[in-house]
Amino acid sequence: MSSTTVHPTQAAQWRADFPILEREVRPGVPLIYLDSTATSQKPSAVIEAMDHYYKFSNANVHRGIHALAEEATALYEAGRERVRQFINARTLREIIFTRNTTESINLVAYSWGRANLKSGDLVVYTEMEHHSNLVPWQMLAAERGIEVKAVPVTDDGELDRAVLTQLLARGPKLLCVTHMSNVLGTINPITEIAAEAHAAGALVMVDGAQSVPHLPVDVQTLGADFLAFSGHKMCGPTGIGVLWGREALLDAMPPFLGGGDMIRRVHLYDFKYNELPYKFEAGTPSIAEAIGLGAAIEYLTGIGMETIQAHEQQIIAYALERLEEVPGVKVYGPAAWRRGGVAAFSFGDVHPHDVAQLLDRYGIAVRAGHHCAMPLHDRYDLPATTRASFYLYNNNEEVDRLVEGLYKVKKMFS
Amino acid sequence: MDDLYREVILDHYKNPRHHGKLDPNDFTYEDENPLCGDKLRIDVRLDETGQRVAEVAFSGRGCAISQASASLLTESIEGKTLDEVKALTKDDILDLLGIELGPVRLKCALLSLKVLKAGAYGLAGQSYHDHDDD
Repeated sequence: MSSTTVHPTQAAQWRADFPILEREVRPGVPLIYLDSTATSQKPSAVIEAMDHYYKFSNANVHRGIHALAEEATALYEAGRERVRQFINARTLREIIFTRNTTESINLVAYSWGRANLKSGDLVVYTEMEHHSNLVPWQMLAAERGIEVKAVPVTDDGELDRAVLTQLLARGPKLLCVTHMSNVLGTINPITEIAAEAHAAGALVMVDGAQSVPHLPVDVQTLGADFLAFSGHKMCGPTGIGVLWGREALLDAMPPFLGGGDMIRRVHLYDFKYNELPYKFEAGTPSIAEAIGLGAAIEYLTGIGMETIQAHEQQIIAYALERLEEVPGVKVYGPAAWRRGGVAAFSFGDVHPHDVAQLLDRYGIAVRAGHHCAMPLHDRYDLPATTRASFYLYNNNEEVDRLVEGLYKVKKMFS
Repeated sequence: MDDLYREVILDHYKNPRHHGKLDPNDFTYEDENPLCGDKLRIDVRLDETGQRVAEVAFSGRGCAISQASASLLTESIEGKTLDEVKALTKDDILDLLGIELGPVRLKCALLSLKVLKAGAYGLAGQSYHDHDDD
């Protein structure tokens, strides 16, 4: 837990870096964006870096001899270096650019999974996973006859560690676990869990889609073997994601997609594949997006991930306190100090769609639905929840507006 | 600006007509909106000719738009023939609701129509795909 404190004027300065937050949703209705768990807003620095690339340096990367191709390659690879530093990976060979977290996990399932898992092997995941860390393994189960088992979630919104220990005793090949739940906000103690999994002989695949944007993540201390995350949830553009993996594992894995860039030599009837990380980057990559992600990382690093986490900690603590005042609101998940800036809640009999629709009138953007975590909603016997989520550009006044909005919803439906 | 939650919609949501189940029935169908997990079931009893809706009931859970549209729809089809039911379209539902909807909430509004038509077509041994209405 960080002891950093953030002064409101400091946070107000960050807010000014995001041009979209100046707009009105409708005339006279300013935007209150509480949906960063779905996707974050983008600071000017990111928009400008991508704009500059398209205006001055646009060319395809690698193999080009001309000036623009060299510039584009240098900028693209600089994005990779920024990612490496951000998560403290040992080498650039461990940073694979993908489209998003989902593609990163699918890469592991397709390449590592097909090379290493056979009928009867066990893969353990958890009940709080996003669909992206469930479905690729279910597909592999259907195709390969591997067994999948889920660690349940407790009433407090934590992983049931006793069941995890029992499942690890069965000798699974892989444990798939989210670092931070996109519904409950729960921050799982990955280092501790990974040590237990490794002792049982399992590798650990971590979904970092919600953690990497919001708290310091160091892959050399995290304990994971694979880490997946998305650029667009961390102030970067859509269309760029990252798979980090231990070099020895990535090196031993067969390629994922076949095509240009991932090859060393192609003959008419066979090929030799390229070295890491290019082995996993077939075809023209998302060049501007990698540059944008690099700019996003520079922006986040300039503020400091500890500072961002401390700011969100303060908001979520305030939000939980205020939400619980509203009669009928039930927030799911652990106490504020155990979670990130996410609050999914039910509101009496009022359907989340109606809550979200009515809040939209006041310019408040929240998400309503199952948030791609249907099994987790089944566990709480809920068809859907309303979710408010926070990032560096949010503040307590926006929490107040949310609470006022909920009282108005209540009035309409009473 | 309160169009979406105009009085008639809130009234049908808070006091749904034809809410419940019919057992026995001549046909029943249930489906869900995968976007939000809402479920809706519609049960229909036909009159002695077997061609006209005598009684109808709906059950399930959902948002105000989906529940009000089910209530309004069930109210509107009593006495209608099966052919008339099969001929109902998206525009009929929007006329009943009296509002305009974006693409996301349109799915909420049309769930009841989708369920009703799937049941009506199923009775005749035909299959029904809601994109036929698109």
